[in-house]
Order: sequence, then structure tokens, then C-alpha cells
Amino acid sequence: MRFSDQFEKRFAEMLTHYPTKRSVLVPTLLYAQDEAGFLSDEVIAEIAQRLELTELDVNNVISYYSMLTTKPRGKYNVQVCTNIACMLRGGEELLEQCKDRLGIGHKGTTSDGLFSLEEVECIGACSWAPAIQVNYDFHENLDERKMDAVLDSYRKKAI
Amino acid sequence: MADLVSHPDEVRVVSKRFGKGATNIDRYIELDGYKAVRKALTMEPDAIINEVKNSGLRGRGGAGFSTGLKWSFVPKQASKPKYILCNGDESEPGTCKDRLIFEHDPHAVIEGVMIAALAVGATKGYIYIRGEYRYLSEIMQKAIADVYAKGFAGKNIFGSGKDLDIYWHGGAGAYEVGEESALMESLEGKRGIPRIRPPFPAVVGLWGGPTVINNAETLASVPHILLGGAEWYANLGPPKNGGTRLFCLAGDLEKPGVYELPMGYNLKKMIYEVGGGIPNGRKLKAVVPGGSSTPILLPEEIDVAMDFDSVAKTGSMLGSGGVVVLDDTVCMVKFALRTIKFYQHESCGWCIPCREGTDWLKKTLIRFHNGAGLKKDIDNMYYLSENMLGRTFCPLGDAAAMPMMAFVKKFRKEFEDHLDGKPCPYEKASEEINRELAVL
Ligand SMILES: Cc1cc2nc3c(=O)[nH]c(=O)nc-3n(C[C@H](O)[C@H](O)[C@H](O)COP(=O)(O)O)c2cc1C
Ligand code: SF4
Ligand code: FES
Repeated sequence: MRFSDQFEKRFAEMLTHYPTKRSVLVPTLLYAQDEAGFLSDEVIAEIAQRLELTELDVNNVISYYSMLTTKPRGKYNVQVCTNIACMLRGGEELLEQCKDRLGIGHKGTTSDGLFSLEEVECIGACSWAPAIQVNYDFHENLDERKMDAVLDSYRKKAI
Repeated sequence: MADLVSHPDEVRVVSKRFGKGATNIDRYIELDGYKAVRKALTMEPDAIINEVKNSGLRGRGGAGFSTGLKWSFVPKQASKPKYILCNGDESEPGTCKDRLIFEHDPHAVIEGVMIAALAVGATKGYIYIRGEYRYLSEIMQKAIADVYAKGFAGKNIFGSGKDLDIYWHGGAGAYEVGEESALMESLEGKRGIPRIRPPFPAVVGLWGGPTVINNAETLASVPHILLGGAEWYANLGPPKNGGTRLFCLAGDLEKPGVYELPMGYNLKKMIYEVGGGIPNGRKLKAVVPGGSSTPILLPEEIDVAMDFDSVAKTGSMLGSGGVVVLDDTVCMVKFALRTIKFYQHESCGWCIPCREGTDWLKKTLIRFHNGAGLKKDIDNMYYLSENMLGRTFCPLGDAAAMPMMAFVKKFRKEFEDHLDGKPCPYEKASEEINRELAVL
């Protein structure tokens, strides 16, 4: 299993921040997932070994955190917030629109592997609702037209 | 990233440097940055604590506990290292203010952590940022590196002979981790299951050492208090509720946004003047005053000063600063369902009243919204919530029970209007969405 130099640099530095190795686990899993796409058995084994944990320990932690996944996802993970502030301003309609345009449901992935879709809880954009995140990028104050434009921009980016 | 707004009634303290390029350390210093920590280095620790106590600063994370008092609980002598932990997990629905602080003024958070550390004798501070806020984690990592490069952190900070390390930490998606003891578990690399208290974190916290946990806005307020003085800060708000607060106006408003207003600002004015009122000629139906866990207020209850004590008198809470406004097209059963679904999803499952209670409430509300509710369900939902209150391991159970009781108490008629298989008479959403909700 090979990670980028940046990953290795950050990992080595993080280990110096805490009195226990295990403390780096949660952010490390997320950075590893960003590089590998998902937390495969191989990635889990590698991280467990580096931190002197069992794979079971690592899996237990993974299952707790909603952003961590052991299954492959699309290149762009579209996360639509339907919590209260977004719901009031059309978040549910945006989710329907995404399902329709992408032809997939909650936690589905398009057959070309480009998009995944997820209904998520509040992402901290309530005053700019309705809002979504595509991977880590926020898109806010959306409506039907802007939502289509966002999806298009990622389609173009992929080419 | 997120748009900034302004209103003439704003009093800018924490947001003073928003939009002014203060992520750059030199710019931050130009704008009075790192002056307060230099001052703190010349003060006795007790004098710092007293200044914060006298300022009337109360926790901006939701509970509103006196910050100075919390710091005073940390033992002077301890066999283990002491820590400061900044809570930037910001996940209570309706709340989006810490995000702006991290985005525009990350050094203010760092400086607040430094002052807290000097006050309690800690030598390490951690700034925990929720995983979804990746761009803010990058901003914070850069800010911390700049602080080390200037010699403000690490060994012999500001040439004072004192050592103080500052670190960032990232989450990976979990509301419950915002609860202080679960936050420590998460930082230690574990599932976010709360710890039993006592012992309190101030005595036994991170890796067994005394730990102060404060919200990011609380800590970002501290440098301003040291520079401006406790009296000035206290006088910005009503008695025992010092300073200002970032209010996140959201929902059915003409001008939603994050506004910094003095503590005690009138809620009605906040909605109609600052937030520009309700759009599309609709009428106000209800307001969630401080994040989704705070009991909802009716229009006749909103002539209230937004400080901890005044909002408590209405039977609700000032909470986390998330003001969510509902117009008269919203179905309250549906709104209750969205609220409860969140707590059910985020329950860590450790204790039965919360795990089973939130699940049962969610299932009942789904059935209800679909027209298959029974009259006795209405009282049962209230009764169940009442019995969850105070009987859970951490306050997440209360966070679900409290708003649920208010929904039933204040909107009983709307629940009754859903009985007998009638289609939801309030719903503005499409049939499709309701079908989706039914299978949640
Ligand atoms: C379920 C739950 C979630 C919480 N989430 C947060 C959060 O995201 N951010 C926060 O600052 N406080 C949160 N809190 C409150 C913290 O437990 C703690 O009281 C707070 O961080 C203390 O800081 P303060 O005194 O400065 O407010 C949460 C509490 C509970 C019970
Ligand atoms: S109240 Fe809920 S979140 Fe808190 S410990 Fe119990 S199950 Fe977990
Ligand atoms: S409710 Fe959608 S971002 Fe907060």
C-alpha cells in the first residue's frame, strides 16, 4: 500500500502531536480514504499495523464515523443536506432532482463511477441553505438551475 | 466561501476581522492580533481567570456555562499534563458560525487557546475541527505552522520562558462527538461514546490529564476580553450574559446570514429587522431559537431577549446560536420528523432510553405523517419523551426529547389533523418526497 508523500509527511508529523499512537487514527483514516477512494481491507490492515492496533479495532472506529466508508464510491460524492434549515429552503427537492438527474438513490453510484449520491445531515451551511457538498467543496444558496450547473461543472471537470 | 452579511445593529467583536484577510498572520498582528496573549503572559493565572469570570462570558457551545468558572475548576497541581481542547465539531442543525471564525479569523481561536492554557497551566492545546470542514482544517494547519515559525508556539513562546504546543485535529462525521467527553474519546482515536462523569474533564480529561473544553466562539472571544477589559465586555450584554454572539439566521427569512449581535438582542427584532422578515408575504409560524435541540417558540413567545436566562424563562434555550424561522406553510409533524430523525441517526446507541426512544419516536412520526397515526400516539410521544429526559447517559437524549415535547404541546392540533388517514393538510412538499420519507 503506497500513499502520497504529502500523506506520509502529515502522518509522521501527526504522530508527534499526541502521547499515544492511536490518537492519529480518525484523521488518518479520512486522509487515507481520500487517496485510496475507500477503506479497503488492505488500507485497514496497513493502518492497523502502523498504529499497533487490531484490524477489528480499526473497523470498530470506521463504523462509527459517517464519512468513512469501506465501499467504493463515485469520483464525486454529492452530499445533499435535508436537515431543517435546508428542508425549509428546498433541500428535499434538490435531493429528488439529483436522484432524477443521476439516476441513482441514496448511497448509490452511477455506472460510469463518476457520481455518488448521499442524503446527509446538517453540514454547517444553514444560513446559506439549501446547501450541498461535493467531496469537500460546498455549494450554497442553490436552486434547481444552480444545482444542474453544479452537476454539469463536475461532469466537465472529469473530462 | 460562505457569504458575509451586515446590519447596522451588529456589534462586531468576534467578527471584527471577518473579510479582512486575517488568515494571514502578519495581517492578524496588524489588526491587534497576539497582543492579548502577550498581555496574558504578564498576568498571574488567577488574574486571567478572574478577568474572564468578570466578563460574564458563557459557553457558546450551547450550555452557557461560565467560562471563567470552568477554568477555575482545573487543579493547580496535577500529576498529569493539562490540556486545552477547542470544540470545533459544530454539527447542531441550524448552527454555522464556528465555520466563519475558522475561515476568517483562525488566529483568534489559536490565541484564545493560548490564553486558556496560560490561565490553567496547560502546555498543549488541540483544535478539533469536524471532518466535513476540510478546507478549514487546511486553513488551521497553515495558521498553526505560521505561529510556530514566528516563535509564538513551541518552546519559550514570545521569549517568555514558557512552552506551549498547539495542534489541529480532524473528525470524520459524527454529531455526538461534539459532546465534550465523546470529543475526547474521538481525539484519542476511538468511537465517540461519552464518558461517565464525575470525574469531570477539568480533573480527568484527555489521557487522564485535566482538560478544559471550550467551543471555538468562546475561545475566539477571550482575546477581545483581555484587550478590551472585563467591564467593557460584560456591559455589551445584560447582567450575567456578557458580550455578543454570532446568531445564525436561517430558514424562511428574507435575509438569512450570520450576524453578530449583543447578547439580549430581541428575537422579534432579529427576525423582522435583521433577518428582513418572512418572504413571499407569508406569516411566521414558529422559531427554533438556538439549534434543533431547543424547544420551538410560537409567534406570541418571540418578544424575548436573546440571552441565556431570558430564553430559559420561555421554557426553551439560547443553545448554539442557530435561529431557524418557519413560515406558515410548514407541516409541524414533518418538521418534528426531520428533527427526530437526526437525533435517531446520531444517537451513539450506548444507552437504551436514547437509542430506543429516538427510534420509536421516528417510527411513530413516519407513520403519523403518512396518515396512519393513532390518537393515543400523540400522548405516547409526549410521555415517552418526558421519560427520556434526564435518564440518558449524555444530553443527546434530552436534545431529542425537549423539542419533541414542545412540538406536541404547542401543535397538538396539527398532529390531530393527520389522524384518520387524511393526507397531510399542511404539506408544501411533493408527493414523491413524502413517499421517500415514508421509507426512511
Ligand atoms: C450531543 C451533543 C453535541 C454537542 N456538540 C457540540 C458542538 O458541536 N460544538 C460545541 O462547541 N459544543 C457542543 N456540545 C457541547 C459540549 O458538550 C460542551 O458543553 C462545549 O463544547 C463546552 O464549551 P463552551 O463552554 O465553550 O460552550 C454538544 C453537546 C452535546 C450533548
Ligand atoms: S444519550 Fe444517546 S448519544 Fe448519549 S450516550 Fe446515550 S445513546 Fe449515546
Ligand atoms: S440544515 Fe442544511 S446545512 Fe444546516
